[in-house]
This record gives sequence, C-alpha cells and structure tokens, in this order.
Amino acid sequence: MYRLYSGIFIGLMLVYAIFNAVIYTNKPDYGNVRLSPLAVKGETLWLRNNCNACHQLYGLGGYLGPDLTNVYSVSGKSEEVMKTFMISGVKSMPKFDFSDEEQNALLQFLKEVDQTGHYPDRKARFRYDGWVEFNPKTIQHEK
Amino acid sequence: MKNKTYPLYYIIVSLLSLGLCILAGILGGFQYIMPDFLKEILPFTALRPLHTLFALAWIFMASIGGIFWYMQKYEHYKENSSGIMKWQFWVFTLTGIIIAFCYVLRKFEGKEYLEFPHVFYIPILTGWILFGIYYFRSMLSSFRKWPVYYWMWGTGILMMVFHFTQAHLWILSYFREDYIQNLTMQWKAGGAYVGAWNMLVYGSSMYVMEKTSGDNRSSHTPIAFSLFFLGLVNVMFNWGHHLYPVPNAEWIRYFAYLVSMTEWIILLRIIYLWKKNLPQEKKKAYNISYKMMMLSDLWIFLNLIVALLISIPAINFFTHGTHITVAHSMGTIIGINTTILLSSIAYLLNGVRNFSERMEKQMKRGIRIFHISFIGFWLVLIFMGIERSRWIYFSENVLFGAFQDSMHIAHILFTILGIGIFVGLYILIYQLIQHIVLILKSES
Repeated sequence: MYRLYSGIFIGLMLVYAIFNAVIYTNKPDYGNVRLSPLAVKGETLWLRNNCNACHQLYGLGGYLGPDLTNVYSVSGKSEEVMKTFMISGVKSMPKFDFSDEEQNALLQFLKEVDQTGHYPDRKARFRYDGWVEFNPKTIQHEK
Repeated sequence: MKNKTYPLYYIIVSLLSLGLCILAGILGGFQYIMPDFLKEILPFTALRPLHTLFALAWIFMASIGGIFWYMQKYEHYKENSSGIMKWQFWVFTLTGIIIAFCYVLRKFEGKEYLEFPHVFYIPILTGWILFGIYYFRSMLSSFRKWPVYYWMWGTGILMMVFHFTQAHLWILSYFREDYIQNLTMQWKAGGAYVGAWNMLVYGSSMYVMEKTSGDNRSSHTPIAFSLFFLGLVNVMFNWGHHLYPVPNAEWIRYFAYLVSMTEWIILLRIIYLWKKNLPQEKKKAYNISYKMMMLSDLWIFLNLIVALLISIPAINFFTHGTHITVAHSMGTIIGINTTILLSSIAYLLNGVRNFSERMEKQMKRGIRIFHISFIGFWLVLIFMGIERSRWIYFSENVLFGAFQDSMHIAHILFTILGIGIFVGLYILIYQLIQHIVLILKSES
C-alpha cells in the first residue's frame, strides 16, 4: 500500500505547489491598492511597536483596543486627533514616543489600509447558500 | 534506549513554557480589568506575544520530546547521533529565551504570533531542519512499514519548515507593498502552521491511543490513511475562513468554504472507537493519560461545533473579530492540544516509572480544577464574543471605551477563571516535573 500512499502524497504536494504559485503571483486577486513608501514605513512602525497586540485590521489582531481598518474614514476624527491618540497613552495603551514624522507615517499606513476595503461591512449582502457578498471600495490608489 | 535524557529535558522545558504561558495570560487578563496594571513595565503589547511564544514553545517542545522518545522505541529505528538531538534542543531553548527577552524589552519586527526580530528566523528554521534530519535519518529506511502516525510526524516537520518560511515571505517588497496579498499570505501561513503542528500533536495522540489499547493494526488501515490525507488537504487549503471579510478574490474564500473541517469529525471517531475498545485494566494502568485523552475528546466535540459554524460565511460574518474566534483557538490549543500533550507526557512518564498514589491523587485534583475553570473560561469567551458582535453590528454610536466598560464584569470573571486554569495546570506541571526529576535521579 505504501506505493499508493506515496502517490497520493506526491499528487497532493503537486496540487499544493500549483495552488501556492497562483496565490503568490496572481496580483489581481488582491485589488489594486499598493502601499506607498511612507505607508510601508508606517507599517514597519506598526509592527515594531506591536500595535496588532491590541488593535485589529480587518478584525485580525488583539481585542484590547478597537479595530482600525476604517478609522481614517469613518471614525469622524481629524488627522490631528488620531495623531494625538498615538502618543496619548490612554487607558492600557502605552505612551509611545512617536516623532511627527513617525505619526505621519503611521497615519498614512492607516489611510491606505482604509482604501483597501470595508470592515465591518454593514452593507454586506447574505445569500441563501450561506455566502456573503462584501462591498468593494471604489477608491483607486495605484502608485 | 540511547538518547533517553534529552527527550525528558524537552518535556521539562515544555512544562515550564506552559506555566509561563498561563502566567503571561493571567497578567494580560489583569490589564483588561485594571488598565494601568504593569502598564509601564510589561504592557499588553509585550504580554500577548510572550503568552503566544510560550504557548508555541509548550506545543513544540512537548511534541518533539515525545516524538524523540517514541521513535526510539520503534523496532525499525536506526540508531542516530545524539548530537543532532542535543543541538536541536539547545537551538530551540536558547532562541526561545532570547526571544522572550526581546519581547520584555519590546523589540518587535514580525507579524502577529511571530513578532520576534527577523534574524531569529534562521535559528528556528535550523532547529526544524535538525529535527527533520534526525527523524528521517532514523526512520526513512523503514518507510514501507510506517504506521500512519510516522507519516503524520514526517509531514508535520516538512510542513513546519515550509510554512515557517512562507510566514516570512512578506518581508520581500514584492509582497509587502500589496497589503491585501500580504495579509492573505500571513493568514495562509498562520493557518497552515497550526495545521502542521496539529500533525505532530495528533500523531502523538494516535500513538498513545494505539499503545494503550494494544491494537497495532488500527494505524495501518486504509481508513487511518484516508483520514490522514483528508487532514493534509485541510492543512494545505483550509485557512480561508480567517479571511472571509478581507477583500481578496472570491475563489480563495470559496475554496476554503468547500474544504470543510472534516478532520475534527475523523479524530473524534477514532478516539470514540478507541474508548469503546479499550480494556478496563489498560484504562487503570494509564489512568492520568486516559483522563486527559478523554478531555480532549470532549473538546474536539465542542470545537467541532464552533469550527463548523464559523466556517459558514454568513455566521463567520458575525463571529469574525470577536472572542468567539478566541474561544475556538483556546478550545483548540488548551482543550485539544494541551490535553493530548499532557496525556502523551503522562503515558511516557508512567511507562518509565509508575506514578505514586499520592501523585495521581494530586494530578486528578489538578485536572478537575483545570477543567471546571476551562469550561467556564470558554463559556465566558463565547458570551464576550456575542456581546462584541452585538456591539459591532447592532449598536449605534456606542464608543469602544464605553463598550469595554460595559464588559467589566465579564473581564473579571474571565480573569478569575483564568486563575483557576493556572492553579489546576500548575498542580499538574509541578507533579510531572517532580516525577521527571525522580526518573533522572534514578537514572544517574
């Protein structure tokens, strides 16, 4: 039987290799928003300060703080207020020592993440087969 | 057995990691109810990665230690250099300690669950490769006769190497600038990474079940192999439910929807059959191991229900980004993985030296405290998830801070029950480490 099992195993690995090649290379599958260099810098700060431990993007992350996917467009807060939050040390949030430049980079990252989609998407449509149709964002942000 | 002490060292490190994991979790829980608690010394941004680091260390070290031990008992095992095992142990242990210090000092670079600076990718990968070298050098010559759990362990090691590497591909600018692809790949790697370690853990559970039941045929049957391949399909393709709300192509999510979580049903069936067939005297001989394995049975059942529900996009829509997801992951890591690994450790240690009556009594007390607390903890998480979902989708103009304040009682309850888990598991950890020390003393 080991020949049959080895054959199935190799077959599965080949299918998986093709699947991975598609996931890695098919760029249109992920929309057309590309992070600008300033936003990439903002993401680096996001990671270096482990903001994800408390905040979520698209519902992914820790739950001690709010989700920030669309904080830029729907929270009603101005850029200045959002930057103040970053260094305020409010409640259990550590008091970060971000420079002006760093605050701008983080804000740009959040702004460009915001352009990728909606979360939570309150206007999503439900289908009878259990599927959910989300609303794509229309803002284009090509480099 | 030639390399007898190092597998026991792995188990000591794994049990200490489990203890530290719960401690970090409790401290994090306190920050939910007292926001200023340890805020300046150990903020939540450090406690959460410490909690997950030690959880991973627990799972990896307990699995690897067990596998090193079990494979040496295999009749076709080919004697191997103990140097590789020792190197593997020290590479993982020292890397883990340095990463823990990095977290305490708040030196982060990576994504969620792998927040350490990128440089640690090299020793961790080296550790997995060393484990793979040892495993395949010792076992490959008998490949044709492998029972299914050797396939699972071998596949788990290969998948670990691949997915750990995949989890770091986002560093390349090709992926980095495309945030949605980056996020998709992060959760593809993360989901498959869990599947890979599940191969190691479930392989151990099948090994323990087979050895305690004395039925060596069950791990060679076509059914066992069909279930293994179905599990492998899930490892490869069943990660999309993490990403239903993320705006990537529909086919990616559809595909995940189709590849359901059947592996849970399958494992439940195996454990059920094992329980039915296990003679009473064997149950008694491996009392603690049996009790823990039966707890995993219950949690597979509960998690199966949650997993199936949250795999349906219309339900996932409301549960995603809430504590129901946490309940599912805690149910998997504590309810299933931890109980299986504790069962494996109890089986292994009892096989070397019988637990004394006093030890068994203490451990049973620990299991009881742990389990009652964990059921409550899990239910509180489900409740918190429902409340959070209600807040996200059915409330108007309630700010996050106000919502958190409204959950204060639930946070207190969640922390108290966490302390219960802490006490129960500490009793078990203490007894098991004490038993290992007795074994090591008698060996020397």
